[in-house]
Amino acid sequence: MAQMNLLQAINNALEIAMTENESAVCFGEDVGHFGGVFRATSNLQEKFGKDRCFNTPLTEQGIMGFANGLAAQGSVPIAEIQFADYIFPAFDQIVNESAKFRYRSGNEFNVGNLTIRTPYGGGIAGGLYHSQSPEAYFAHTPGLKIVVPRNPYQAKGLLLAAIRDKNPIIFFEPKKLYRASVGEVPEEDYQLPLGKAEVVKSGTDITLLGWGAQMETIEKSAEMAEKQGVSCEIIDLRSILPWDVDTVAESVKKTGRLLINHEAPLTGGFAGEIAATIQDKCFLNLESPISRVCGLDTPFPLAHEKEYMPDELKTFEAIMASVNY
Amino acid sequence: MNTEKYQEGRVVHQVEAIDGHSVEIPILKILKQDGSVYENADMPAIDKELATKVYKTLAFHRVLDERMTASQRQGRLSFYMSALGEEAASVGSAAGLDDGDMMMAQYREQGALIFRGFSLENFMNQMFSNEKDLGKGRQMPIHYGSQELNYMTVSSPLGTQIPQAAGYAYGQKLKGNKQCTICYFGEGAASEGDFHAGLNMAAVQRAPVIFFCRNNGYAISTPSSEQFAGNGIASRGVGYGIRTIRVDGNDLLAVLKATQDARHYAIENNKPVIIEAMSYRLGAHSTSDDPSGYRTREEEAKYADHDPILRMKNWMIANKWWDEAQEEALYELYRKDVLAAVKVAEVIDKPAIEELITDVYDVAPEHLEQQLADLKEHIKKYPDAYPVTAGRL
Repeated sequence: MAQMNLLQAINNALEIAMTENESAVCFGEDVGHFGGVFRATSNLQEKFGKDRCFNTPLTEQGIMGFANGLAAQGSVPIAEIQFADYIFPAFDQIVNESAKFRYRSGNEFNVGNLTIRTPYGGGIAGGLYHSQSPEAYFAHTPGLKIVVPRNPYQAKGLLLAAIRDKNPIIFFEPKKLYRASVGEVPEEDYQLPLGKAEVVKSGTDITLLGWGAQMETIEKSAEMAEKQGVSCEIIDLRSILPWDVDTVAESVKKTGRLLINHEAPLTGGFAGEIAATIQDKCFLNLESPISRVCGLDTPFPLAHEKEYMPDELKTFEAIMASVNY
Repeated sequence: MNTEKYQEGRVVHQVEAIDGHSVEIPILKILKQDGSVYENADMPAIDKELATKVYKTLAFHRVLDERMTASQRQGRLSFYMSALGEEAASVGSAAGLDDGDMMMAQYREQGALIFRGFSLENFMNQMFSNEKDLGKGRQMPIHYGSQELNYMTVSSPLGTQIPQAAGYAYGQKLKGNKQCTICYFGEGAASEGDFHAGLNMAAVQRAPVIFFCRNNGYAISTPSSEQFAGNGIASRGVGYGIRTIRVDGNDLLAVLKATQDARHYAIENNKPVIIEAMSYRLGAHSTSDDPSGYRTREEEAKYADHDPILRMKNWMIANKWWDEAQEEALYELYRKDVLAAVKVAEVIDKPAIEELITDVYDVAPEHLEQQLADLKEHIKKYPDAYPVTAGRL
């Protein structure tokens, strides 16, 4: 085991994937010699050459179109979109092309080898164009898989699973945690399962559900609630699409309450999808309405980032409201 | 720094602006309409065998378009797109490639697919979206694709295949395949952002791809004069640092020559080439379109005199490789074949209901299996409302 931060864990996973498979190719804006704006691809060009790790022109649409073609050809593209906020110029290539390639051709062709890595979320004073969490837009699209790690151990294991999975995957990396989250990471190759949630802590009074950087917030709010005598079960969803309905439903049947926390705006956010499904599965077990603690329905602000965020205090208040309903 | 070299050009001390027309783009022509060849024209590599295959492809193409348009009018087919008047562009370019080269088409390149050997049955099964359709009945008619023939399945959104072709070709290069990718699109699709993204990526990453633009004068009802300013699509190739060829798209021999040259260059140098084939869409955009609303009969009549198939036929006859009796017999045979194939394909069952959820992912996840199970139960309860699938459950 080694101490790694989240970026080093990603870099380590990429190095393993590129060593193992000669047709794995990393590219995106500034990812070559410079190692990417956050340095996730450091040293890869040195090790694997300019053909397999390179800078692209500044065109997200071009990066994703190019990646779709590479994947259709049988290579293993690992494309970086520099910030998740800039994934929208590539929206058509991802939603209409990557997601539907296999289906529309009757499996004559597919882009299952494709992995899209992109840093998401707030907490870096990035304002409205360096802070967004766009997972819900893509969760509406059959054919994609969406994965979000919360720490270095997960980042390595989930990224290796994503690269080897036979479906196009968007891998959202919590950029607030890139250097802040440090932990023990095995140096050898390992994978964590996609589509499986992780029960981080068991409890009996309420289920707290989230993913990525918000897991820290949830853990802090749970500590506050525990001091008030509330026993919290904490689940990290890890995969947004497909998501692990069974683990969440099983937990809610036990605790009778569910709180979902995400950083993206409330309206149309993925919490709404989870709430609807769990209500259907657990209607008679619910002791209180399913609670959503999310970002405001505004663009992501700069000055009032703390106010915007679904932080531990807001989450704590919602926990108490739920148990006292 | 790459920008330094641009500072070493000719220096002037008065403003001397240039525009797209300052760059003179030559147009390659080999074959005249009467079937004779321009003096000193550089002929493509073509023998009697290839010429006959090309000519039969053109004839089959025309018959297929004619019969399927009629079938749509009779209400037997939901939709069709013909390539009337511009058949030489796709067929001539296909003839200049190797079977292992990938084709990424838009939607008016059935000629290339016919040349590759897509069977009449395969065309019909796709158009009638029956259970034998390689695409499993998921797309509108004319969205063909075949892994076996290296013909990427067509996608409706315009221009998306352009950056994909750059990526595909880059993968071919990395694997040392000595193959290239050809990417077809119309001049209208060149307005999409994907065109810019794709050409730029291919030029910078040095991908062996041939961008083949059919400039047929119309994007649905919009004439090319409202589609681009400047010197056509070819002038943009120069701007991206891409080897650029403009060719008479109704001249099969010229298209063939340009493509043979482009293929050789792309593979030997690992660089893209753009070919702009100047043609005219004599037919409607699709069967949902009526060109009389946006152009005159006189204009159409003028281009009818440039028929690319007649031009090829005249050359074949001049070479004594073809005659009128063969011509008549061939067209009669194709018409009979196509009609018979329609009758077979239109009564083949629709794909099984299970195909609704296959291929969304490599393996259908649980939530899709559940949705299918629920749907089947519902259909069983109301079989009359779902006549296509109810009887097969």
